[in-house]
Amino acid sequence: MVLLISAFNFGLIFAFLALGVYISFRIFHFPDITADGAFAFGGAATTAMLVSGWGPIMATVAGFLAGMLAGATTGILHTQFRIHGLLSGILVMTALYSVNLHVLGKSNVALSAASTLNKDWTVLLKNSVGEMERVDILGWMVGIQDLASLLLLALLMVVVGLLLYCFLKTKLGTAMRGSGDNPQMILAMGVSDKLLLTFGLALANGLTALSGSLLVQYQEFADVQMGIGMVVWGLASVIIGESLVGESRLGLLIAGAILGSILFRMMIAIALRCGLNPNDLKIITAFFVFIALVAPQWSRRRKSRLLLGKLKVV
Amino acid sequence: MLELREVHKTFYVGTPNEVRSLRGVCLSMQQGSFVNVIGTNGSGKSTLLNAVAGTFLVDSGQIVLGSEEITRQSEHRRARRIGRVFQNPFSGSAPSMTIAENLALASRRGLSRGLGWSLTRSLRDEIADRIRTLKMGLENRLDNPIGSLSGGQRQAITLLMATWVTPDLLLLDEHTAALDPRSADQVIRLTHEIVTRDRLTTLMVTHSMQQAVHLGDRILMMHQGQIVADLSGSEKARTRAEDLLSRFDALRQRDQLTPAVRDLLEHSYV
Repeated sequence: MVLLISAFNFGLIFAFLALGVYISFRIFHFPDITADGAFAFGGAATTAMLVSGWGPIMATVAGFLAGMLAGATTGILHTQFRIHGLLSGILVMTALYSVNLHVLGKSNVALSAASTLNKDWTVLLKNSVGEMERVDILGWMVGIQDLASLLLLALLMVVVGLLLYCFLKTKLGTAMRGSGDNPQMILAMGVSDKLLLTFGLALANGLTALSGSLLVQYQEFADVQMGIGMVVWGLASVIIGESLVGESRLGLLIAGAILGSILFRMMIAIALRCGLNPNDLKIITAFFVFIALVAPQWSRRRKSRLLLGKLKVV
Repeated sequence: MLELREVHKTFYVGTPNEVRSLRGVCLSMQQGSFVNVIGTNGSGKSTLLNAVAGTFLVDSGQIVLGSEEITRQSEHRRARRIGRVFQNPFSGSAPSMTIAENLALASRRGLSRGLGWSLTRSLRDEIADRIRTLKMGLENRLDNPIGSLSGGQRQAITLLMATWVTPDLLLLDEHTAALDPRSADQVIRLTHEIVTRDRLTTLMVTHSMQQAVHLGDRILMMHQGQIVADLSGSEKARTRAEDLLSRFDALRQRDQLTPAVRDLLEHSYV
C-alpha cells in the first residue's frame, strides 16, 4: 500500500509535467525541450524561496512563474529570432543549467529544515484526525504524511486540471488550440500565431516547473540535474493517456494525460519492485516512448499490407 | 475602397531563380465591387492576393484599404478587416476542432479574445441558424470535428467563417479549384449569395473563365506580373469565355517570340 501511495504521489506530481508536455507537443505540435530545464528551474526557484524563509504557497507560485519565463523565452527565440523550435528549446535548456546553479547556490539543496506544502498539509491533516502517525485505509496502515501528500496533490491536480480545461474552452484558449491545429487559419482570423505560441509555451513550461516545484517539496530535496529526461517522461505519460482515452474530447485528453502519468509511475514502481536496476530507468523510459511512437506506424503498415493482399486476391 | 499603387514584388532576388511576380501593379476597387482576377500560371494573380492579405511585404508601392494604408501591416492585423478563403479546403479551418468551435473562432475576428467562454448557448444557436443556410445538413453535426467533412463542406464553412464578421474586403483564392464540379458549383452559388446579400467588396482569383464571365462586375487579366486587361461595364457584359481564352492564346504566342522580334512588332505597331 505504501508503494502504491508513493507511486500515486509521484504520478500526480509528474501529471503536471504531462499537462505541460500535452500543451507543447500535442496542442502546438512544438518539440519543446525547454521542459528539462524548466522542471529543474521550477524546483530551484521554489527551493531558493523556501530556504530564504518564504511561505510554501508563494514559493510554489514562484516556481510556476519561473517556468513561464523559461517557456516565454523559448517562444520569443523561435518566433521573433526565427530560430528552429528544437534549437530554441535546447538553447534555453542549456542556459537554465547555469541559471539553476546560481539560483540554488550549489548543485543540490536539502529542504528538511524548511516549511513545505506537504509538511503544512500534514500538520493540517494531523490536527483534523488527531495526532496519529498512521491511518487505517481498507485494512492497510498508511503513513499520515503520505496520505496528506496524496490528498494535497489530488486536490491540486483536480483544480489545475479543471482550470486548464476551462481556460482551453475560453475565447483565448480556443484560439490557442486553433493556432496549434492550423496556424494559417488563426492568422486569417486576425490573431497572431506567434503570440499564441509564446503564451502557450509559457503556460506549458509553467506547468512543467510546477511539477518540479512540487517534487522538491515532496522529496524535500532539490538537485540541479533533476530535470534530465523529463520531456520523455511527460511524453510517455501523454502517449499512455491517449491510448487510454483515444483521440477524443478535450476533457478526456486532459484526464488521459493525468491518468497516463499515474499509470506510468505505477508501471515503473512495479518494475523497480521486480528488480529493475534504477540506473536503467531512463533507457527503459526512452525505449518505451520509442515503441509507443513507432507501434502505430507498424500497425498502419501491416493493415495496408493486409488490405493490398486482399485487393490482389480480388 | 482598395487601392494598389505601383506595387512591386520580386522573389529570390539576386539568384538564378529570381522571379518578378508583381511589376508595378496599380488597381482601384470601389466599395461593393466584385473583381475577378484571371491569368496564366505564374502570372502573379495569387501573388497579388497574397500581397493584399499581407502574406509577405511588398518591395515597393502602396496598399490602401479604406482610408488606412496597410502596406507594412502584419498579416494578422490585416486579417481583422480582410476575410479570406484559400484554394486548399483544408487551409481555412482547424481540423481537430469541432464545426461549432471553428465558427466560434470566426465570430471573434477583429475583436478581443479574453477569458469568456468561446461557445455560449446563444452563439451555438446562431451558428446552427447560419449553418442551416448552407443547406448541407451540417446543423446537426456541430460537435463533429471539421476534419471529418468533405472538401466542399469545409470550403463552404470556411466561406461562412471568412464572412461571419462582415469584412471590408473578401479575398477568394481559386477557392473552388480543388473541389469536384458539383461541390464547386455549390460553393460558387453560396459565394454569390453571401457577396450579394452583404454587398461585400470582393477580389476573386479564378482559373475558370465561366466564373470570371458570369460572376462579379469586373475582370482583370494578369500576365507576367502586370494587369494586361481590365474589363468592366458593358465591355465585361459582352465578353464570353471564348474571348478570354483567345486573349490568353495571343499572350502565349507573343511569349514564344524572341525578344528582338517582339520589340520589332511593338515598334511597328507604334
